[in-house]
Amino acid sequence: MHKYILKRLLSLIPVLFVVSLAIFLLIHLVPGDPAAAILGEQATQDQIDALRETLGLNEPLILQYLHWLGGLFRGDWGTSLFMDGTMLEIIGSHMIPTLQQTLVAVSFAALIGVPLGMLAAIRRGGLTDRLVSGFSTIGVSMPSFLMGLGLVLLFSVKLRWLPSSGYKEISSVGFGKHFRYMLLPGIALGFIEMGLIIRMTRSAMLEILDADYMRMAKAKGVSRTRMFMKHALKNALVGILTVVGLSFISCLGGAAVTEAIFNLPGIGKLTLNAVMRRDYEVVQAVVLMVSLLNVLCTLVLDLLYALVDPRVRLN
Amino acid sequence: MTDLSSVRRELRREQRSLRVHRFFRNRQAVLGACIVLLMLVVAVFAPLLAPADPLAQTVSNRFAKPGTAGYLLGADKLGRDLLSRIIYGARVSMTVGLSVGLSSMLIGMTVGLYACYYRVLDSILMRICDGLSAIPSTLLAIALMAVLGPSTFNVILALSIVYIPRMARISRSAALVVKEQTYIEALRSQGASATRIIWRHIAPNILSAVVVQASYNFANSIITEAALSFLGVGVPAPQPSWGNILSEGREVITKAWWMVVYPGLATAIAVMGTNIFGDGLRDILDPHTN
Repeated sequence: MHKYILKRLLSLIPVLFVVSLAIFLLIHLVPGDPAAAILGEQATQDQIDALRETLGLNEPLILQYLHWLGGLFRGDWGTSLFMDGTMLEIIGSHMIPTLQQTLVAVSFAALIGVPLGMLAAIRRGGLTDRLVSGFSTIGVSMPSFLMGLGLVLLFSVKLRWLPSSGYKEISSVGFGKHFRYMLLPGIALGFIEMGLIIRMTRSAMLEILDADYMRMAKAKGVSRTRMFMKHALKNALVGILTVVGLSFISCLGGAAVTEAIFNLPGIGKLTLNAVMRRDYEVVQAVVLMVSLLNVLCTLVLDLLYALVDPRVRLN
Repeated sequence: MTDLSSVRRELRREQRSLRVHRFFRNRQAVLGACIVLLMLVVAVFAPLLAPADPLAQTVSNRFAKPGTAGYLLGADKLGRDLLSRIIYGARVSMTVGLSVGLSSMLIGMTVGLYACYYRVLDSILMRICDGLSAIPSTLLAIALMAVLGPSTFNVILALSIVYIPRMARISRSAALVVKEQTYIEALRSQGASATRIIWRHIAPNILSAVVVQASYNFANSIITEAALSFLGVGVPAPQPSWGNILSEGREVITKAWWMVVYPGLATAIAVMGTNIFGDGLRDILDPHTN
């Protein structure tokens, strides 16, 4: 196991290097002079030169990269042109609504997706299976902005049950009210993941239901409930948990869309505002942070996988 | 020799007719193909099909309800005909979908093929792919659009960058399997050049996996283009795209439901059609992955 962990950690180095290099180079993709682009058309040459100096654009590329990288390790993730505070503080404060929304989304996706996927696998080929599979196809084909708009139209405009947008902190309005504001964005964000979880759960279960030991269990006369719950689910669980873990990351990355619809002050909204104001360092920092979380999450999942399933670490 | 090649041709034809047969037996796939075909027709013949100019403003008809004379699906805040805008929006979606599908296929496949053949290249290219795929796709697309600036061409460029790494991975792993076959070894021992082996003997054998992935890229890029335009960083106004029509609809959702419902339906049907078409293709071309 130690050897596997070490190997896995070492494999992170090139990935992190490429991620950081790609994100660093992003600003250099700006057509023309990034400093001129940030300042707009009215800027004087002096202002442009001054900004080039602050952004460090006059140094050779490799030095710029090393300085930027060094800054990251010291906790200096760049500065926003429009917001006060260090970059990590800015990201941290915007991360809370995004995490809350992601939590609702993943719980929704898993609570609906896992049972439906299992049901479809158990009733393979039957009407239930076809209905559930059809539902999951609708799920994976429903982009979050469509689902979000549909939910607003139905539950806010037509039925007036839930608020159409906005964010209320738990500390000021209590959990109940906070949750009412989080429910629609959460479902909109989680719907596509639900479709994926249904598919993955179904195929993971099917694979196990086909295994020899399941036939053995059946031959031994194990009851159906026990067979599905103990023998099948337990073995399918690792695969299912992986999909749920991965959906957490997709939600974190996809939150920009739902945050725009529901006007939530999360990191997606932060990124979009930064894009509109050409606050490139904020864009870089957010993308880097979410990518790091992604890498970390994948690492944890892999290690868990290896812990549960010895075949992984021996390969 | 002629005998052998005619037998081979015969076999190939039989295999193809078997595939076609299997495709038409799969009702879902046929439905998906019909939807994709319909969208292509709408996109190509948009000027003939659209009842009005998608950019023509008639301010007196702002927010005309669906069914008003000349506005089958209603009008937007500038009195532009929604139906015509949706029809022209199909052009944007199809242009982006096809361009991204094709470019990610050609580049991703090339990368995957050369990576499978040259070990040094392999470790470099695959590390780059791993790194790029570690950045969540929506965020990467938004970040790329932020620096490139909103335009249809830049959407295509950004989405191609987003989808190439996975295509490269899939082509590489498919190509590695083919490369281990004895006939490739035989070719090499006969002194066939690398280019010849890669393009003449490996590439055709990974095509089915690549085409299936390309169809998913096609569907995903339609979704992501709509999302980017919805967020205001994709196709810029006044050019109609389903995403930016929906974004305008979001502003007036309480008084003009048609601005959300109709472009939303168009997007949902398009995405579902391309997705089930992709599933159908996979069932025919690449049965083991299901």
